[in-house]
Amino acid sequence: MIRATNIHKSFGDAHVLRGIDATFMEGKTNLIIGKSGSGKTVFLKCMLGLHDLDEGEIEYDDRRLSQLSVEERRKLRLELGMVFQGSALFDSLSVEENVSFPLQMFSKMNASEIRDRTNFCLNRVNIENANSLFPAEISGGMQKRVAIARAIVMNPKYLFCDEPNSGLDPKTAMVIDELIQEITYEFNITTIINTHDMNSVLQIGDHINFLVGGKKVWEGNKEDVFHTDHEEMANFVFSSELFKKVRRAVRSE
Amino acid sequence: MYFDGFFYVTCLIFALMFLTRFFEDIGRYFMLMKLVFRRPDNVRMYWSAFVRDLYSLGVNSLGLVCIISLFVGAVVTIQTALNLENPIIPKYYIAIATRESIILEFSPTMISLILAGKVGSNIASTLGTMRVSEQIDALEVMGVKSASYLIMPKIAATLFFNPILITLSMFLGIIGGYFFGTATGMVTPTEFTKGLQMDYRPFYIVYALIKTVVFAFVITSISAYYGYFVKGGAVEVGANSTKAVVTSSLVLILTNYLLTQLLLG
Repeated sequence: MIRATNIHKSFGDAHVLRGIDATFMEGKTNLIIGKSGSGKTVFLKCMLGLHDLDEGEIEYDDRRLSQLSVEERRKLRLELGMVFQGSALFDSLSVEENVSFPLQMFSKMNASEIRDRTNFCLNRVNIENANSLFPAEISGGMQKRVAIARAIVMNPKYLFCDEPNSGLDPKTAMVIDELIQEITYEFNITTIINTHDMNSVLQIGDHINFLVGGKKVWEGNKEDVFHTDHEEMANFVFSSELFKKVRRAVRSE
Repeated sequence: MYFDGFFYVTCLIFALMFLTRFFEDIGRYFMLMKLVFRRPDNVRMYWSAFVRDLYSLGVNSLGLVCIISLFVGAVVTIQTALNLENPIIPKYYIAIATRESIILEFSPTMISLILAGKVGSNIASTLGTMRVSEQIDALEVMGVKSASYLIMPKIAATLFFNPILITLSMFLGIIGGYFFGTATGMVTPTEFTKGLQMDYRPFYIVYALIKTVVFAFVITSISAYYGYFVKGGAVEVGANSTKAVVTSSLVLILTNYLLTQLLLG
């Protein structure tokens, strides 16, 4: 479980996060949703320790991030997996080298064990016959899947995904969502996903935090989304006519 | 009177801004170097990165260095010959002048300046692109000491390979001078060989190699600094690559003066 308490973060005069309190549940897909510029990515990076907090505390199963030494922080990072918005695959390495990179760097496995684990993760995300290709040679959807394989290769306890299906067609986006949810349940990972994709919210939102202007203004799950009377939340999720119709249909049932 | 006051205040503000920025950069540079020279997580991975960088930063520069050295050696010989058309001055002085120019200044300093452009922009743009595409963040999240893993092998590669490049450049510069000087009839092979051997000081080679090693560090570390701290997108990567080349060239010229004063002065 990850707990964020009273998180504040500013960049110069811009006060981006304004006292966020949130809890992210183990073995669930926890979503952070909000408009562009609402502070989702900054919040995620604060939880990862990539940005220092101005105020507040992040706890990983009772380990307070601010009180960890540099070495303890590095050890904690071995328990984290991250899928970046643009995949952030290493350009100069092949697909196989990208996925095996954390194992090569930190594990004591031999070459054949590393190859087996890498192939297992690539198969798990349905990547076949692409081991020797470079990131520039594969599609955006494949890059996302390789990034997921790289994120889970070290068996992380916590998986962070920053808009994992941005820039993908609806079908591929759905495949990526389902894949992340399956992996979360299969390996009992605490998964945190930043998104503003409404299909993701309604499909995989076990627990949802809604941010507006750097503040959390609503939380619930994908069922609660249909029945909430929180106007801002409802307007955000059901902004299109299609979604409004779906909401009316669900509420009338 | 009013104009003068406004002018001085404006100058003072600009000078203060420049100095603040300058000391900020110096401080951040040394803090980065502290992060670079940390114990590697995995020596094998660093070795792989070193070999990769050796190829991209060193071996890939071989062709350019060879061609430039050969022709500049030729030009130095021809120009010296044209300026020594006095019958009192022996022809072997052409070879002496060529040797000293190539060993003392052209190979270590000019080739390093050319490498500052080629290698420096390569390092700054590679690291800058990695920064803006979140590849450096990805390394950090994995727990990798990103500054150390990305920069230390590059510094080691240039410290190791640049002396080889410069030694080759000295050799080819002199060969170029010999070949073109004798082919054009400006100096005979015997006179050129005699000049090369006359008043030869081995310390000049040591001096040139010391400069080369210092310049290699300057070029790589400054370019890495500008690449590693890029903020923004493609435009900023380009701008920082230019800054990397300009700053490392200026520091290189300044260091050249200091080292010459220290070692030969």
